[in-house]
Amino acid sequence: MKKLLKYVIVDIVQNKIVLIYTLLLLIISMSVFNLENNTAKGLLSLLNIILIIVPLICIIFSTIYIYNSSEFIELLVSQPLKRRTIWLSIFSGLASSLSFAFFIGAGIPILLYHADATGFMMIAMGLFLTIVFVSIAMLAAGLTRDKAKGIGLSILLWLYFSLIFDALVLFFLFQFQDYPLERAMVVCSFLNPIDLGRIQILLQMDISALMGYTGAVFRDFFGNSTGITLSFIGLLTWIIFPLIISLKKFKAKDL
Amino acid sequence: MCIFLCSVHGKTEAGTIHVGKNKTYTSVQKGIDAALTGDTVLVYPGNYKEHDITISKRIYVKGIQYPVIDGEKKSGIFTIHADGAVLDGFKIINGGRSETSDLAGVLIVDSYDVKVINNKLDDTNFGIYSQHSKNCLIKNNQLKSYGTNEVQSGNGIHGWRSDSLLIIGNDIAGHRDGLYFEFVTNSLVWRNKSHDNIRYGIHFMFSHHDTYISNIFENNESGVAVMFTHHIQVYNNFFIDNWGGAAYGILLKEITDGEISGNYFSHNTTAIQMEGCNRNNIFKNSFSNNGWAIKISASSLNNIITENNFLGNTFDVGTSGSLVENTFNGNYWDKYEGYDLNRDNIGDVPYHPVSMYSMIIESNPAALMLFRSLIVSLLDKSEKILPGITPENLKDEKPFMRPLKL
Repeated sequence: MKKLLKYVIVDIVQNKIVLIYTLLLLIISMSVFNLENNTAKGLLSLLNIILIIVPLICIIFSTIYIYNSSEFIELLVSQPLKRRTIWLSIFSGLASSLSFAFFIGAGIPILLYHADATGFMMIAMGLFLTIVFVSIAMLAAGLTRDKAKGIGLSILLWLYFSLIFDALVLFFLFQFQDYPLERAMVVCSFLNPIDLGRIQILLQMDISALMGYTGAVFRDFFGNSTGITLSFIGLLTWIIFPLIISLKKFKAKDL
Repeated sequence: MCIFLCSVHGKTEAGTIHVGKNKTYTSVQKGIDAALTGDTVLVYPGNYKEHDITISKRIYVKGIQYPVIDGEKKSGIFTIHADGAVLDGFKIINGGRSETSDLAGVLIVDSYDVKVINNKLDDTNFGIYSQHSKNCLIKNNQLKSYGTNEVQSGNGIHGWRSDSLLIIGNDIAGHRDGLYFEFVTNSLVWRNKSHDNIRYGIHFMFSHHDTYISNIFENNESGVAVMFTHHIQVYNNFFIDNWGGAAYGILLKEITDGEISGNYFSHNTTAIQMEGCNRNNIFKNSFSNNGWAIKISASSLNNIITENNFLGNTFDVGTSGSLVENTFNGNYWDKYEGYDLNRDNIGDVPYHPVSMYSMIIESNPAALMLFRSLIVSLLDKSEKILPGITPENLKDEKPFMRPLKL
């Protein structure tokens, strides 16, 4: 597995896209912190990047990478290797290289300019979202053989998690305006990894605005160590669950 | 000349009475009783277990190195009922508490020109209480209490039907309300620090023509609330760290013809909340890192909000209705995204400080969950271009491009 992992990582690095991604993140985060005169505002701009750009790049790059290395995968399957090992090494290779890219590109500027609880939470959530969306990409790529279909599916999934889900929640909120929905919202947030990450970062950042009743419910749940642990477990589930399904698909797949 | 000489002569003749362990008088009350009008009562260091000490003539009562007056939680400690009396330099501790009357560390009743200066009050129910008094000076006192609930604790400096009070340089903590005025008029509150109180930093009603300058209101449970008053002047005060669902930097309720200028609002849930306030001038204030900078109800009319800096607030302005009869022109908003073609430091397109999302949260608080998500920013952006929900006439026609120097 180790050897395989090394091959995958070397392949991804040679690909250069990850390098460009790292550089892009680095340029954006440095300029965001240097252009704004207060670093809090820079952090806010960075929040949008973490919640939108990072999942997008991760899911699309991973999907395309898997499709492009289908010949390599076929070659590996013909070797005395377990399919499980192959699939997990590809996943680990993608996840580790993209996480590393995120850490260099966004993590280091955050540590330089804003090394407090908010900054740490942002880095943690960025890393989690990276791995979650690699895992979701594995699922999207595992579901169908058709490259165009697979990439389309992954874009749709990204759109769903970053936009459509929230729109549905907003719709739901207005339909059931007369009911106390605070607790339902807490449950809802677990259904979307981006929301989960966003709420954790917000709790560190916008405390004063979050102090109303809803804010109090959110803080009660997410603000303490149990809540943070629970949301970390939630994010881990979002990593493991798609991965297991895709693994099952891959094992049964006729290549 | 003769009168002048006589008065000087009279002054020098005024006696000094010494109170202390080995002095003529061993109790403060006895020393005061023995004094004549115009005398000085000097109290030497020591621990005096006394309460209900009454000063009923024009004398100067001075403590040397803070003699401790211990009320043993029995009753009020000093009562001043004399024009021109001075109480200076005592440490007043363990005042009593009563359900039926407001027991205070220092109670000033029906008097003119009383001075209460340089005292330290510790664990008194009410601190300094002025009733029906005029032209009194309350200066450089430290008031500390350990209230746990609003019902059982008293206020730091409490004014009732008084006039022309000067309240300067006091430090008040742990009371119900740091400063509390009801029917206190024409007074000056200057350089006080009211912090960590269990309700409001300052709370007043029906206290017209008062001026508040350079005070610090910090970390009070519910911030500051002022009501039913006209012609107040609030200059250069600090409202900091008042966090909570019902906490305000300053809550203005039915305040009219006021001037609020040069104040610094930072880290409050709501910096200014206005309900039924008319004709107030809010200018040259700095609002930074608040949840809401200004929440203004539709019942507020003709307020002018100008030349303020709005920096890093989650929401700049919140409002309850669509009708807005207030002016918001000429402020600096850090969220302004317009341009300035002629480079006169005034933006060429108006700024709408009410975001759509703040309206949504107002009507549907659970929507807070979606705060700062992509869908919400998209909705906000489209609302900025084509206002539908947000009040269209709540806008800044001449927003500044750069922060004002305040």
